[in-house]
Amino acid sequence: MSMWKRHKEEDEVYTPKAAPAPPTTADLTKEGIPMSTIPARTFGPEVPRGGALIGKSVVIKGEVLSREDLTVDGEVEGTVELQEHRLTVGPNGKLKANVKAREIVVHGTIHGNLDVTDRIDIRKDAKLVGDIRTARVVIEDGAYMKGNIDIVKTEVPKPAAPAPRPPAAPAPAPAPPVATVDPGKR
Amino acid sequence: MLGSDSTGSATPAQPRQRPAGGPQPVRVESRPKVQPVTRQSPGLEQFFGTMRERRGLAIIDLAGLSQANVSFITNLGHTIYSDDLLQSLDEALAHGGADPRMGTRFLEQSLPFREPGFDGALLWDCLQFLPPAWLEAGVERLHSILRPGAAVLAFFNADEKAAAVPSYQYRIADQRTLHLTPRGTRAPAPYFNNRVLERLFHRFATTKFFLTRDHLREVLVKR
Repeated sequence: MSMWKRHKEEDEVYTPKAAPAPPTTADLTKEGIPMSTIPARTFGPEVPRGGALIGKSVVIKGEVLSREDLTVDGEVEGTVELQEHRLTVGPNGKLKANVKAREIVVHGTIHGNLDVTDRIDIRKDAKLVGDIRTARVVIEDGAYMKGNIDIVKTEVPKPAAPAPRPPAAPAPAPAPPVATVDPGKR
Repeated sequence: MLGSDSTGSATPAQPRQRPAGGPQPVRVESRPKVQPVTRQSPGLEQFFGTMRERRGLAIIDLAGLSQANVSFITNLGHTIYSDDLLQSLDEALAHGGADPRMGTRFLEQSLPFREPGFDGALLWDCLQFLPPAWLEAGVERLHSILRPGAAVLAFFNADEKAAAVPSYQYRIADQRTLHLTPRGTRAPAPYFNNRVLERLFHRFATTKFFLTRDHLREVLVKR
């Protein structure tokens, strides 16, 4: 019996079927399949979407040099440098480091001097021990800090006034347009 | 409001102790019952008056970090050294009590400077909550880190019979106005009258008092 049946199956003509539709989000949720293996972070909405992450179980001793935005939720001892980028210190983040960055957002703890070219956000649970040199500072009530704050005013270069031209001189060629990049804008 | 100028004497100061029942300035209640207050401060006005038309000065603010104080002081062109002395004091007292050796260590950690590098100090009401044994050393340390001519603003409770003294965080609204955010009440501090304060600041050049209606004695001292 089984031989006949198997033979019959072999006779069937294979007709390719359309590829099954990928499971929808609702299907996955129903089946309990995790959408992501990255654990949800409690300070979620304000964490930048891109950039690197030092997780809360990571300890780094030495120099950290980043050419992209960086979120530290672990421990770093040494120096941290992100000249043109943003450093976010998460609520579990602990830095014993001097930091250079364009922008710093602090939810956690930093022991060290901070050199910030644009602005520093000190959130309510932040704890800072060290000196800050920055252009702008935003402080939430409840934050703790022990150290100097030096606000460095960045002078916006004024366009040079057109020099009076002697009437006989030929008109100078127009200068090529200069692209200005505002590092504060994302 | 009363105002008087005086120079200090050379006798060491000892603030009058309140009756037995806990002279240690520990926090007795963490939940504040007192309301936020906005008050005029002649002492603050004169404090900043001493630095008029000067920029780049270094100011100590011991009220704890706040946007208001940082913005106000840095907008005047000065740098600010921020610390929350009462929070540090509570931690120090919790760890080691009011032992004088602990006091020396506490002051070294709270004002960790060797040279006179500051042009002004906003102490607010912190000084009155220091244990009496730490007080003189605290003022001595302050004297050592201030430049000649530097101004110090400190507040002291002027109600001798107060059962508990409210503690505040002081936020500068403008040159003469303060917002006081309650941060609980504390056991009565030693009572400081003008004479005691003159003796306490005897190494400073001048002491000026402002007694206000709300039982807060404002003291402006010049190094």
